[in-house]
Order: sequence, then structure tokens, then C-alpha cells
Amino acid sequence: MKWLFMACASVSILTTIGILVTLLYQGYGFFNEVSPWEFLTGTRWTPILKPRSYGVLPLVSGTLLVTVIAAMVALPVGLMTAIFLSEYAADNVRRIIKPILEILAGIPTVVYGYFALTFVTPLLQNIFNDLLVFNALSAGIVMGVMIIPMVSSLSEDAMISVPRNLREAAYALGATRYEVSLRVVVPAALSGIIAAFIIAISRAIGETMLVTIAAGATPRMALNPLEGVQTMTAYIVQLSLGEAPVGSLEYNTIFAVGLVLFCMTLLMNLLGFWIVRRFREAY
Amino acid sequence: MGNSTVFNIRGLNVYYGDFLAVKDVDMDIKKESVTALIGPSGCGKSTYLRCLNRMNDLIIGASVKGQVSFENRNIYDSNVDATEVRSRIGMVFQKPNPFPKSIYRNIAFGLKVNGFTGDMDEAVEKSLKQAALWDEVKDRLNDSAFTLSGGQQQRLCIARALAIQPEVILMDEPASALDPIATLAIEDLVRELKANYTIVIVTHNMQQAARVSDETAFFMVDEDRSGYLVEHDDTQKIFTNPTNQRTEEYITGRFS
Amino acid sequence: MNEYKPVANSINPNRKRRKIIGASVYCIFLISTLVGIVGLGVLIFDVLDKGIPWLNWQFLTDYPSRKPEEAGLYSALIGTIWLMFMTALLTVPIGVGAAIYLEEYAPRNLLTKAIEINVSNLAGVPSIVYGLLGMALFVYYLGSSEQFLGRTLLAGALTLALLVLPIVIMASREAIRAVPDSYRQGAYAMGADKWQVIKGVVLPSALPGILTGTILAMSRAIGEAAPVIAISALVYMTFIPAHPMERFTVLPIQIYNWVARPQEEFRGLAAAGIIVLLAILLTMNAIAVVLRNKYQTRSEE
Repeated sequence: MKWLFMACASVSILTTIGILVTLLYQGYGFFNEVSPWEFLTGTRWTPILKPRSYGVLPLVSGTLLVTVIAAMVALPVGLMTAIFLSEYAADNVRRIIKPILEILAGIPTVVYGYFALTFVTPLLQNIFNDLLVFNALSAGIVMGVMIIPMVSSLSEDAMISVPRNLREAAYALGATRYEVSLRVVVPAALSGIIAAFIIAISRAIGETMLVTIAAGATPRMALNPLEGVQTMTAYIVQLSLGEAPVGSLEYNTIFAVGLVLFCMTLLMNLLGFWIVRRFREAY
Repeated sequence: MGNSTVFNIRGLNVYYGDFLAVKDVDMDIKKESVTALIGPSGCGKSTYLRCLNRMNDLIIGASVKGQVSFENRNIYDSNVDATEVRSRIGMVFQKPNPFPKSIYRNIAFGLKVNGFTGDMDEAVEKSLKQAALWDEVKDRLNDSAFTLSGGQQQRLCIARALAIQPEVILMDEPASALDPIATLAIEDLVRELKANYTIVIVTHNMQQAARVSDETAFFMVDEDRSGYLVEHDDTQKIFTNPTNQRTEEYITGRFS
Repeated sequence: MNEYKPVANSINPNRKRRKIIGASVYCIFLISTLVGIVGLGVLIFDVLDKGIPWLNWQFLTDYPSRKPEEAGLYSALIGTIWLMFMTALLTVPIGVGAAIYLEEYAPRNLLTKAIEINVSNLAGVPSIVYGLLGMALFVYYLGSSEQFLGRTLLAGALTLALLVLPIVIMASREAIRAVPDSYRQGAYAMGADKWQVIKGVVLPSALPGILTGTILAMSRAIGEAAPVIAISALVYMTFIPAHPMERFTVLPIQIYNWVARPQEEFRGLAAAGIIVLLAILLTMNAIAVVLRNKYQTRSEE
């Protein structure tokens, strides 16, 4: 029986191998025709329209723009929520708030995409007159709200594991609650908090439906959040729904982009793990 | 050693929820003396100690009735700020709990929080000297506190408490997590500190109480598991000729 | 006289200022916490507001149509049910098997550690990448344009099974780990071998946890649109699949299809579809919570 179960466990290894093989093999098909240099440094992405151009930077910059906006929302709010829940909130308050945040985390991302497009964008258009229907700002803000629970719960885990006697030591010196939270607990939990940030950002980078719906389909070197952008993930969706023949160069572009996406998220996840391992305080 | 009292405790009762943990304690604690609190485990000595600097406020469900007068004011008065109480009455805990910061910053923390405006380096050095730790760490003040041994960490915690110049230092079994040599170092320190500070020390080690303290208070549990004060007197008297029979039984080890 | 006599040299605790700062900090933290909650509330309110007018029995039994009044989610609903059923069938045995291996059999060596790191990493891979994997390996043969399983339910189920596998593995591992060792010892002491112990004692005991984990995994799977789009490449489908080797669509894709249309009515349809999807999710999670509570109290007897 042991071998049966071992086979099951190896499915996960096979999955990783499968992902790597797929991306590299199909990506190889792409890089045969387009130089990696052009791909990684080009600033025009028009793989379907002529004149064809295969620079991936517009997609990367689109992803990063939305992610940065999301981070600006989620990281502070998520951390402060975590501090509130861990250091201030009474038990019955926590028992109400935590499930609500879990619900927030479980909502499918198409729903968030819907919300960004049909509610947030019109709302913001009242403030920013130049806001286009598809824009990075709405997508970024809603994505930020979407990953708040992740930042909050991971940061809270980090703070709860700070031993109680550290807080007691600080209180015994005449520190107030906010001083204990911000000058003892948060610094003591910092490695876990940073790991939480990194993992949440990685999630934002890999998010697909929200940006497909709300951020647009125009690859551009994005700096202006009021305009539409196309993220790496949205491009993959766009092409999947298109009619590019299998095996063609256009078809292979999704694997090349997928490869960049996979590498970025993998690096961030590994970074997160490494930070926790390296800097974790041995209490 | 002066004759004035620092603490006047009257009718102190401590409840955890509905459970009465400490019952009806009256006690006076003299200035610049060492008072040991002894008794079997679970008799409320630590709970009682934590009342003296309002650390029990931090425990949900704990409530304190009665009066703890510190320098003629009840620290449990509604217009008294707990952080003020704690900056005047310091505490050292059973398991050394230095912050995950450098040695220097452990001591500087209390000073910064309390708005210290003087020379920080000088203040850190002074506290470490008072805690008899300066010579051992003076070349590595920026090292993490966790590079110190258990005994050194505890002396660091004492230095940290001393830095903000409290009147009183409460110690909750400060040597119980340490080896015998480190324990003796702590006891020597307590004897030195009493020249300038009032010290109240909880200990389960009777010999330690006899060695270190000027007065001893013996606690016990009654049938309802509430702790109460049996006898409080000069250490010499408690250990050679106690008034209460239960005290004598405990001291001579007829039960523990 | 509000304070004790002045404290020693150079110490200036400034309590009033700190009190004010403390109160402001508390307010800021409280407001932050409310951001998420208020956001959720607004979202739900908006969805209900726009979607309820479109919710009726027709909606659930009609196929999508170019005319909003006649459009419904029947094909997507059936597709979702098919897909979830098949995904669960695939992922649960493998996931539980992997968990059994990791918890009961695997030695603490490098290979085991590698598997564990691997599972954690897979949990963080974007779902669209799983879609690419599925497309290249299940829909077509790798490297060729010849169809393997084609753009079918089976390909979709395999892909989603791999996607949620890490969740099933991690939840099952926790459930198995929570089984007290004393149970195992008791069984061994009666002469049972390892598999008998697992089959007779560990699994039954871990079953509620495994079930909860499965429901969690399926909750995730049911909302996934991206990998399914990559597999099925369809958003508009007016028939239902009759067997696993047919094309299909799912609820989140149908919602996406409607949202992407500019007309106001389709937005309303999308909202109605969202209500259905969220209702299903809510039910699933409620079942999971009930299960968890029921078996938690039982194990405390």
C-alpha cells in the first residue's frame, strides 16, 4: 500500500515537472523565432497585429502597475487590521470579524472584476473625470481589497506567535498599548509580516479575472493609472479565447508570457519562505 | 534602611472571573527593604505581586478589590494612569524576557518610551553597572540580547527595569529558571540593590528567602483554593520562631 | 495632585500626549479593519441590488441568449456540477493518498522535504498557469496540434484537480496529524499492520477534517474561471454536455461573458449569476462549518 500512496505524493512533483516542461518546451518554440533579448527588453507588444512586435515589458508594466496600487491599499490596511485583531480587539469582536474576512477571501475573482467595472469605475469617474472605463486604478483598488484578508491573516499569525512575556516586559516598563504593539510586537514579528506582504503581492501578480474584466486589453508601458493596461494574465486569457492556431507563434506567446509570470511568482514565493526561515526569531 | 513604608495594602481581594484567587490581604512594605513572598504553589503569591504594579489589569476577567496605596495614593484609583504606576514600580519575570533587540536597545526602550532626554549611553552604562552586567557586555552592546546566557539575560532584564529609575522592583521567582551559579549572582544583586530600591520577591525556594530578605510573608490556600496571608514578619523570626503553626509546618517541611 | 512626585532626572513621560496618540492610533486601526468589512458589504449590496430583479426560475433553466430577457445559466450550471463532481473524484483520492504517505509512511529525509516544499510552492502558482499546463498536456499532446483529450470536461477536471490538489493535501495532512497517537498505538497493540491501522483507525478519525478540506478545495475550484477558459476556450454555450468528453462552460465563465458586454441588462444578468454562485458557495461553506463543529464536539466526549 505504501507504494500506492507514494505514487499519489509524487503526483505533486509530476505537476511541477509538468508545468516546467510545458512552459519551457512551448516557450522554446517561441524563443526559436523571437530572441529572448527582444522579448525581455522590447516595449511594444503587438503579437497579432502587424507590424508584429514581441516586447513583453508592456505586459509586465501593466501587471506591476495594478499590483503596486493593490499593495498600497492592502499592505497598510491589512497590517493595521492584523494589529487591531491581535492587540486590541476583544475576543467576541475577533470572532465576528475574522469570519467576515474569510468570506472576503473566498469570493471568486470574477465577482471582484464585476464590482470593479460596474461599481468602482463609475464611482471614481465622478472624482477623476479623465478616468477611462477600463483602467488600472479601479482594478488595483479592488484587487487591494481582495488581498486584505491574506495580508491580515498571515500578519496576525506572525504577531500571535510573539510570546506573551515580551509584551508583559514592555507593559511593565510603563509602555502604552500602542507603544507595545508598534515598538515591540510588530518589530518582533517583522519577518513573518514581510513574508505575508510578499506572498500577497505574489497573489496579486498572478490574479487573472479581475484584471481581465476591469483593467483592459491595451498593452502599453503603463504609468498612468487612469488608463487601461493589459496584464500578463489578461493577455493569456485574451489569446486563449482567440483563434490562434495551435503551435503557431501567436499560440506560443502565451507560454512565453506564462513563463515570465511563473518565474516572477515563484521567485517571490521562495523569497517569502527564505525570509521567514532566515530571520525567524528563536524564542 | 528607613522606617517609612512604601506600600500600604488593605483588604486586597483578587478575582479571576468568579474565582477568588487572593483573599483579604493587609500588608505594609517598608522602604528600601527586601520582602520575600513564600508559600506552596498555587497560593496566589504571583497574583498578589502583580497587583502591586497593576499588571493584573492586562488579564481579561481579572478584577481587583481593595486598596494598594503607593506613597499614600491608591494605585487603583480611577484617575491614576496604569503606565505611570508601572514606570515607578518595575517588574522582573520568572523566565528572562529580553526584547529581540540589541543589549543596548533593550535598556534604551524603557528610557525612550518614558521620554528620557539625557545622555542615553550614560544611562545604559549606569543601569548595566547597577545590574552587575556591565563588565561582561561593555564591548558588545550592539549584539542581540539572545547571545547572552540565561543568567545574563535575567540581569539584563533587571538592568532594563532599573534604567527608568523606579522606586520599587517586583521580582517574580527571578532565579527559578536559572542554574545555581546564576541564582547566587541574582541573590547578590538583590542584596546590593536594596540600598536604593524597595524589593518584593516571590520565591518558592525557602533558603533563598532566608538568605536574601529582611521580611517574609507566608501565603497559603484555604479550602476554597483562595490564597491568603498567614503571617508576615521579620525573616529571622519567621524562620526560627514563627507565630503561626501553619507557618512552622511549612518551614520545617512537614508539607510543601 | 494628579501625578506622583516628580520622577528622577531627565525623564519626561508626557502621558497626556501619549494618551492622545494612543487614541488616534486605535481609531486608525479600527477604521482600517472596517475597510474590508465595509467593502464586502457594499459589494454584496450592489450585487443583490442589480441581480435580484433578474433572478427567477427561467434564469436557472434557460440557455444563454443574445436577448437578455431570455438568457439563463442552465448550460453553465450543469457544466459546473459536472466539473465539480469529476474534479472531486480525481483530486480527493490522490490528495488523501499523498497526505497519508507524507504523514504515515514518509521518512524525514530530503525527498520528503522536497515534496513538502513542492506542495507549498504549487499552492502559490497562479491559476492561469495551471490552465496553460492543462492546455498543453491534456487538451493537446505536448508540442503537437493534435488533440489528446480535447477541450472537454475531462481535460478541465484534470486541470482543476491539479490546481486544488495542494489544498486537499494540506488539509488532509492536518486532519491526519490531529488523530491522537494513542489511537494508533492501541491498534498496533492489537497486532494490526500499518495499513490496517490507517484504514481502521486513522482515516475514520480524520474523515471530518478531510471532508472539510475537500469542501474548501471545491469552494476554490468552483470559482475558478481562468484555467477553465484556457481549457474550454468558450464563453458562450447553448447546450449542455452529455458525457465527460464534451465541451462545457462553467458559472464564473458565464458571469464573465455577461460582464464583458456593454449593455446594462447583461450587467444585471451577471449580478444574478453572481448571486447564484455565491449562494452555492455559502451553502458549501455552511456545510463545512457544521461538519467541523459537529465532529469537534464529538471528539471532546
